[in-house]
Amino acid sequence: MRGGLRQRLGHARRIAAVLLSSQYAYMLEYRAEIVLWALSGVLPFIMLGLWSAVDAGGGLGMSSLQLARYFLSAFVVRQFTIVWVMYTFEEDNLNGRLSPYLLQPLPLVWRYVAAHLSEQATRLPFVAMLVGLFFLLYPAAFWWPSLPSVLLAVLATLAAFALRFLMQFTLTMVCFWSEKASALERLLYLPYLYLSGLVAPLALYPVGVRAFAFWTPFPYMVDVPARILAGETVPVLQSFAAMAAWAALLLPINLLLWRRGLSHYSAMGA
Amino acid sequence: MGRYLTTLKVFWIASLTAELEYQANFLIELVATAGNLVGSIFVLSLFYGRGQSLGGWSWEGALVVLGVYTLLEGITSTLLQPNLSTIVAHVRTGSLDFVLLKPIDSQFWLSARTFSPWGLPGIALGAGLIGYAAWKAGATPAPLTLLGAALMLVASLMILYSLWFVLAASSIWFVKIWNATEVLRSVLVAGRFPVSAFPAGLRAFFTFIVPVAFLTTVPAEAILGRASGPWLLAGGAVAIASVVASRWFWNFALRFYTSASS
Repeated sequence: MRGGLRQRLGHARRIAAVLLSSQYAYMLEYRAEIVLWALSGVLPFIMLGLWSAVDAGGGLGMSSLQLARYFLSAFVVRQFTIVWVMYTFEEDNLNGRLSPYLLQPLPLVWRYVAAHLSEQATRLPFVAMLVGLFFLLYPAAFWWPSLPSVLLAVLATLAAFALRFLMQFTLTMVCFWSEKASALERLLYLPYLYLSGLVAPLALYPVGVRAFAFWTPFPYMVDVPARILAGETVPVLQSFAAMAAWAALLLPINLLLWRRGLSHYSAMGA
Repeated sequence: MGRYLTTLKVFWIASLTAELEYQANFLIELVATAGNLVGSIFVLSLFYGRGQSLGGWSWEGALVVLGVYTLLEGITSTLLQPNLSTIVAHVRTGSLDFVLLKPIDSQFWLSARTFSPWGLPGIALGAGLIGYAAWKAGATPAPLTLLGAALMLVASLMILYSLWFVLAASSIWFVKIWNATEVLRSVLVAGRFPVSAFPAGLRAFFTFIVPVAFLTTVPAEAILGRASGPWLLAGGAVAIASVVASRWFWNFALRFYTSASS
């Protein structure tokens, strides 16, 4: 292409702006539905109820305020790291919508990334309302995170979203070979649910289990960003390095499967 | 009655044949259900491992509650979810017209049309866990205990069915209601734990607003043979009231149905 880097960057920026604004308009149409999805993320609050009732006896090593802040942060982080690309992709594939998308001069993955980011933007006001309601019910837990920790938490949440998206999108490639591939996501969700820190802060896990968990990518998807947001000390560099390492491991697999899948693709279904 | 039983048999054999096309799913479902159960037991052990207890329940008692929850989840994915999730599509495309024209009760048709075998591992694992944990807890299978347990399990199924059905039937007004059942599902997760383990506010919520207490805690009490008369009566009353309410709600909703995308 003539004109070099600047022109190409300008082109990419225009495409990104159009994709994001059109997807955002689309998601706003479904805002009632998205509010319900946001509400279905109440698990951290249920677990907070249990843990704080247990904590009444003391001896957890975490104060009840710390617990409340951790679970509220985990709720927020979870809201902005939800990934559903596998279900959309499976539907697009089965209904034959994939073919026109593939003909466009734009890698397909960006369409799904834009859809996810716009959905998060649609969620944002509602999540803010829920957080406000939480502090109204439990004013003692209120805290102002410092500006650096907010920025760091946003960065960690974005990285967590990217990692989880990459992981699910890699598994999504199975859709090219099987019609009911989304059942596999149920299997991937299990270690995520129990090792990410949604049900309890990893600090409360037995030492052996915790050490094992940190060898998997899952704690970096909820526990680490949530603890940063809650203002606890986290080995930041080490965590970001671990996320980068997992991404570096998954990306080549993803690209390879994508190429193999495309050559196997036959316009409709698997 | 006989006609309904014959119809049910035809329905379920047909859907079983269709589902068995995807046999690999059975393995995935088995692994997912077993893994989920192991994870839940691990979470329970986080509480009990520190010498604390959940709302005064013993470890075995809490396992009975978890067993009842697993059993209910199995039944949800065998019957409730596959059937009731189609109401939305029927309303949107207008094919509910054909359901209403059939010479059979429409609520029955919508609630029992398909049968998905993928929830069976959950049912088996749940029943196994209940049996094992109740035996460990020293519950005796006295006839009266068995009767109470059976009654409370049926009552809890009736309540669960009514909650799902009322939400699904709301799609007559709000076509996009299906996500509301996801909210219901995520709130029912609280049923994995005895209701007395929650702080007072949540306990009231899970007893009176979303009756999670009657879904798992009360049946577990009955299985352990320590159900008290008032709770048994309350469980039965809530169950009957909710089924009657679901019936009334369906007839009420149908008055607003005006065919495709109403």
